Amino acid sequence: MSASHALLTASTFSDSVGKLSQVVVAVVVFFAALLLIFFLAGRATGRFQRPLTVAIFVGPAIVLLLIGLVIPSFRTFYLSLHGAPALHAPYVGFKNYGFAFTDPATQSVLLNTLLWIIVAPIVATGLGLLIAIVVDRMKNQSLVKSLIFMPMAISFVGASIIWKYVYDFKESSQPQDGLLSQVVIFLGWKHPPNWLLTHPLNNFLLMVILIWIEVGFAMVVLSAAIKAVPDEVIEAARVDGAHGFGLFSKIQIPMIRATLVVVLTTIMIATLKIFDIVQTTTGGNFGTNVLANAMYQNAFVTDNTGRGAALALILFLGVLPLVGYNVLQLKKERANR
Amino acid sequence: MSAEVVEAKRVPSTGAAAAKDIRTAFSSKWASIFIIAFTVIWTIPTVGLLVTSLRPAKDVADSGWWTVIEHPHFTFSNYNTVLFGKGSTTAIFPYVINSIAITIPATLITLAIATMAAYGLAWVKFKGSDTVFFIIFALQVVPLQMSLIPLLRFYNLGVHIGSVPIFPALHLGGKYYPVWVSHTMFGLPLAVFLLHNFISQLPEDMMEAARVDGANHFRIFRQIVLPLSTPAIAAFAIFQFLWVWNDLLVALTFAGGTPKVLPLTGRLEQLVGQYGANWQLLTAGAFIALIIPLIVFFSLQRYFVRGLLAGSVKG
Repeated sequence: MSASHALLTASTFSDSVGKLSQVVVAVVVFFAALLLIFFLAGRATGRFQRPLTVAIFVGPAIVLLLIGLVIPSFRTFYLSLHGAPALHAPYVGFKNYGFAFTDPATQSVLLNTLLWIIVAPIVATGLGLLIAIVVDRMKNQSLVKSLIFMPMAISFVGASIIWKYVYDFKESSQPQDGLLSQVVIFLGWKHPPNWLLTHPLNNFLLMVILIWIEVGFAMVVLSAAIKAVPDEVIEAARVDGAHGFGLFSKIQIPMIRATLVVVLTTIMIATLKIFDIVQTTTGGNFGTNVLANAMYQNAFVTDNTGRGAALALILFLGVLPLVGYNVLQLKKERANR
Repeated sequence: MSAEVVEAKRVPSTGAAAAKDIRTAFSSKWASIFIIAFTVIWTIPTVGLLVTSLRPAKDVADSGWWTVIEHPHFTFSNYNTVLFGKGSTTAIFPYVINSIAITIPATLITLAIATMAAYGLAWVKFKGSDTVFFIIFALQVVPLQMSLIPLLRFYNLGVHIGSVPIFPALHLGGKYYPVWVSHTMFGLPLAVFLLHNFISQLPEDMMEAARVDGANHFRIFRQIVLPLSTPAIAAFAIFQFLWVWNDLLVALTFAGGTPKVLPLTGRLEQLVGQYGANWQLLTAGAFIALIIPLIVFFSLQRYFVRGLLAGSVKG
């Protein structure tokens, strides 16, 4: 190891210690301040006691949500009606929205996004359901479940690198290092294409990454729902002569229908917001761009704030009915309780 | 296995047996084979990543990772290179530190504020507390993309009406604060919702007894609510930890400009372009990014699953 390398490592090390102590100080100060406020507010008596208590418990969350989500959302809508330069942008009406729906590049973005939210959630939920049912028969089911569920813990960036390597392309005359190419060559396809550059196939290959991550989620949630179906219901159905697949499709599936839809909508929401996968694998090139990535590019790369804001709003309008459904579902469940 | 099936058909009166009967519809050797094949397919890409990260550069360039079965040859040098590097531009060690420095406060602060809000909304009933809870929950409909542009401007420029500054620019470039605060803001709706579900179900008489003893809300919160809510807090802590550690979008937006703050995910995304065909380095970097969430996940899986189920199945 050279002297300069050692020096570099030493400076990196002291830099890291500095950063981490900054973090420790911040956390300690935060909790100390909280304790102090608790202590002081605990002494308050009389008319102000109750409002003060409410303000301390709920106030921080409300202020943060106002600054972080509520006001910015209105502001984004406002920006979406304005032009490109960040400051003193002219009012342009709904031009940015018009652009989004007429510009060929953005049209393909919207089309891709539509494809994503149809294919990825259905495949992921379907596979998750299939596995949830079948896996209960396995002896080592906890191991199997853990392995299928594991991608949930991996970042989209990490997952994208894992799969980018699977899709890696080399001339077919050379030894392959991408698993997919190797497999199809083994199966007899002598000259596989450069996967991630092949449109529209590349869109589906990117969806595989999301499906890989979400199947575990669907499996765990659906498996819990299946186990929660009351025995009496199944008993009654059996007495009526239902068994095997009929019992499954006519009794089990309807009983877990609500959960199925929630899983589907939850994955749809994640799909609509998908950004990391596209950004890491193709950067949105080769016809793979999607809404959330296009929004980021417009807002922060090409600095076309108005268009970025308009795309954010389109994204919001897409997510709205899905989350709305989940909220209503929850309200219903609460009412039934 | 088949004995079980026969038994299930003979003894239809118990619920467990009935459940088995349903499974028999799918039970066959084929089902087992399917599951095993599926699990193998699901795991192989990650194995490929790990194996590649442990192979010498020349091997990686010349052959696929599966050839290690014939020529096992491993090295840790990729990890040394990618962590500490030749020259600070490639080393990812500082970014590992950034990830830790972002994730821990972003998790703790979110938890503290969300637990307080959940308690306040559930037990310090005030006029409109249910409405406030529902609005906070409903805020989950707002994708964080809706906030990015205005929030970044708020941090950088402050608030003006006309040219009158209402709130000063914070000049937080190169600092962790905006990333911590933003993660807290975006994490709150789900956090308040999950914790409220749990905390509002705590036994009423216990709270009442404490109140009769003269404890104020702050004492009840610290001495009764916090200890009793540990499972729910742990479940959400794992959630938030993984979310923040794995995040790319918030990091790029609020820390993207500077390597002083950028976390590992952001760095890896850059390296995909930079390292190009140096797969042994890229895979080593990716594995470093994976290992911490995987440890958290495998050691605390039970809490994680519980949090997941609470969040999406039952209110």
